[in-house]
Amino acid sequence: MTYTVRKFDAVIVGAGGAGLRAAIQLSEAGFKTAVLTKVFPTRSHTVAAQGGVAASLGNSEEDHWHWHMYDTVKGSDWLGDQDAIEFMCRKANEVVVELEHYGMPFDRLDNGKIYQRPFGGHMSNFGEKPVRRSCAAADRTGHAMLHAMYQRNIKVNTQFFVEWQALDLVRDAEGDVLGVTAMDMETGEIVVFHAKATIFATGGSGRIYYSSTNAFINTGDGLGMAARAGIPLEDMEFWQFHPTGVAGAGVLITEGVRGEGGILRNSAGERFMERYAPNAKDLASRDVVSRAMTTEINEGRGCGPNGDYVLLDITHLPPETIMKRLPGIHEIGIQFAGVDCLKEPLPVVPTCHYQMGGIPTNYLGQVVVPKDGNQSTPVAGFYAAGECACASVHGANRLGTNSLLDLLVFGKSAGETAVADLKASVKAHKPLPQESIDRTLARLDRLNHQKDGADVHQTRLSMQRTMQKHAGVFRFKGMLAEGVERMAEIAEQVAQTQIKDKSQVFNTARIEALELDNLIEVAKATIVSANARTESRGAHVRDDATDTPQTPDGRDDKNWLKHTLWYREGDRLDYKPVQMKPMSVETIELKKRAY
Amino acid sequence: MEEDRKARINRLKWHCRRSLLELDLAFDRFWQRHEDDLDVQGEAALERLLELQDHDLWALVIGREVTGDQQLIAIIARLQEV
Ligand SMILES: Cc1cc2nc3c(=O)[nH]c(=O)nc-3n(C[C@H](O)[C@H](O)[C@H](O)COP(=O)(O)OP(=O)(O)OC[C@H]3O[C@@H](n4cnc5c(N)ncnc54)[C@H](O)[C@@H]3O)c2cc1C
Repeated sequence: MTYTVRKFDAVIVGAGGAGLRAAIQLSEAGFKTAVLTKVFPTRSHTVAAQGGVAASLGNSEEDHWHWHMYDTVKGSDWLGDQDAIEFMCRKANEVVVELEHYGMPFDRLDNGKIYQRPFGGHMSNFGEKPVRRSCAAADRTGHAMLHAMYQRNIKVNTQFFVEWQALDLVRDAEGDVLGVTAMDMETGEIVVFHAKATIFATGGSGRIYYSSTNAFINTGDGLGMAARAGIPLEDMEFWQFHPTGVAGAGVLITEGVRGEGGILRNSAGERFMERYAPNAKDLASRDVVSRAMTTEINEGRGCGPNGDYVLLDITHLPPETIMKRLPGIHEIGIQFAGVDCLKEPLPVVPTCHYQMGGIPTNYLGQVVVPKDGNQSTPVAGFYAAGECACASVHGANRLGTNSLLDLLVFGKSAGETAVADLKASVKAHKPLPQESIDRTLARLDRLNHQKDGADVHQTRLSMQRTMQKHAGVFRFKGMLAEGVERMAEIAEQVAQTQIKDKSQVFNTARIEALELDNLIEVAKATIVSANARTESRGAHVRDDATDTPQTPDGRDDKNWLKHTLWYREGDRLDYKPVQMKPMSVETIELKKRAY
Repeated sequence: MEEDRKARINRLKWHCRRSLLELDLAFDRFWQRHEDDLDVQGEAALERLLELQDHDLWALVIGREVTGDQQLIAIIARLQEV
């Protein structure tokens, strides 16, 4: 198989929020920068974000980055690194104002300042009462953000490679990263992007679960590429679930539906949340509602022929309220559940939404790994930002609107660090290691010639169902252990997938087979890490982690206040301490996470 | 000719990968039902539809927005079948 080599100062994989933000930094500094993306930039998943981006601008009421920092540490259930969290919250105003200068049409107050609205978990004065911190552009925040940053990139001459799929990281014997191999989807051509700086901004991997709010494109390619190149994945057991995804489809039904009076019911028609959260009932926090729903389903009170969902009932609300206050919900019900929600309840299940873990980075956006006794040694030439990275600011649980902030702050930071490293580096590119390139070629060759292999669609489905059943929102010891074994079997099938279509032009079968190679690494990392962590923390909740005075709500700080690192080779696990020391302020001391 | 059609359809299929899960699902269903009956005019109309921004596209699919373009209407109607 043949390939060509193209040289750049920097190559960025991903043109969502994180990738576009990083690219601005590099191109503005005059470096020759390539951005690779599977889809047109403004079709990246960032477009789906509606809620807004957090920044303590204090435009409507008093606010402070230190309060935002406190909320984020608490939200993370103390697993977030406090230096990175301080860095992000302090930088928030700067990156939001920059975005405004790029032309982002934020909603405004009468006095012209950016309008801000409250969002779950964001409080004033160290957890006292809700604060208005989220900045939005109508219900198209993510889209407006991408649009503004894409235009800016065009101005500063970033070179886009649209509909290119990065395949593998190029890493030499010393461990330095020298670019990626990639395929032009239009022609099937293979190109090595040889670069001095490589930035991953490939987004999340939510498609490892059967029920997911994520678009099909979120296949964890960056994580798979990193794992195959020997880089560990951090805290992969932590996934945020949204309680109300449409059963069987995953499409998100906003919290607003319960806010307007929607009620969750089991097969007996019972409003079961009254038993789990007598005060907040259906409006209890996301994790409490998700766990209650799962318990109902597991104990045989689920609905439908397989008893595998519960019902979200709004039939008692006036139709005008539904149509006016909850636009789009009626259509979603009809499209994806075949249900007219004015007359019948909607089938819903807890649905995978956001990945807290990822490629380990520091607040400078450098990818860091344990080496020679140092827990966080930067990998030369390698950076990551956005949902694919773990800085770690979200720890065990992310606050809404903090991920758009994450991708702005750390996208910029990764770009800035790469610029500094490029300026300091010697002129020439390091020579390309042939073995590393050969690995991609061998993977493609295997796929092209596989006989009697596994079907991609079926194999992906068994991975997704196994994840959903064995490592879902509520986790059980025996199920996790069984899931680890099952996933190892599925991984063997993934290594033998077969495609019938061998054509070159936009061969979607090939693209999907290559994506599955990445998904399976994320699935293994998740289930192996979850099986090992015997406590409950944030989004990782185990039935066997008991609530005692030493381990409130099952959280075991004595043994588990540490980050997981999963290595692909031999499914090996390692751990590193949580950075409890912020950059300038006092440590936010451990406390029970209660709202 | 058959080869050409396959390449064109594959290209269109990839362009149906969107940022919103709602659209991914709607297009998935569309291809399962209509891959074989999509003629050249249909292909051209679909291609034009796919140029739209995702939120605008979704607004058309659920009928919150409407278009006067007959060819687009025909494709949208197929996307709306449940
Ligand atoms: C329904 C929904 C609503 C949300 N709402 C909010 C919200 O209101 N506020 C908030 O803060 N967060 C929200 N989030 C989370 C947030 O949207 C994401 O975490 C964030 O947009 C991720 O951005 P990113 O830049 O890391 O990746 P993405 O935007 O997902 O971009 C990834 C990019 O990588 C490219 N790519 C991937 N693999 C490859 C490859 N192999 N080769 C080449 N290119 C590749 C893709 O083409 C794409 O350009 C929401 C998420 C969902 C699912």
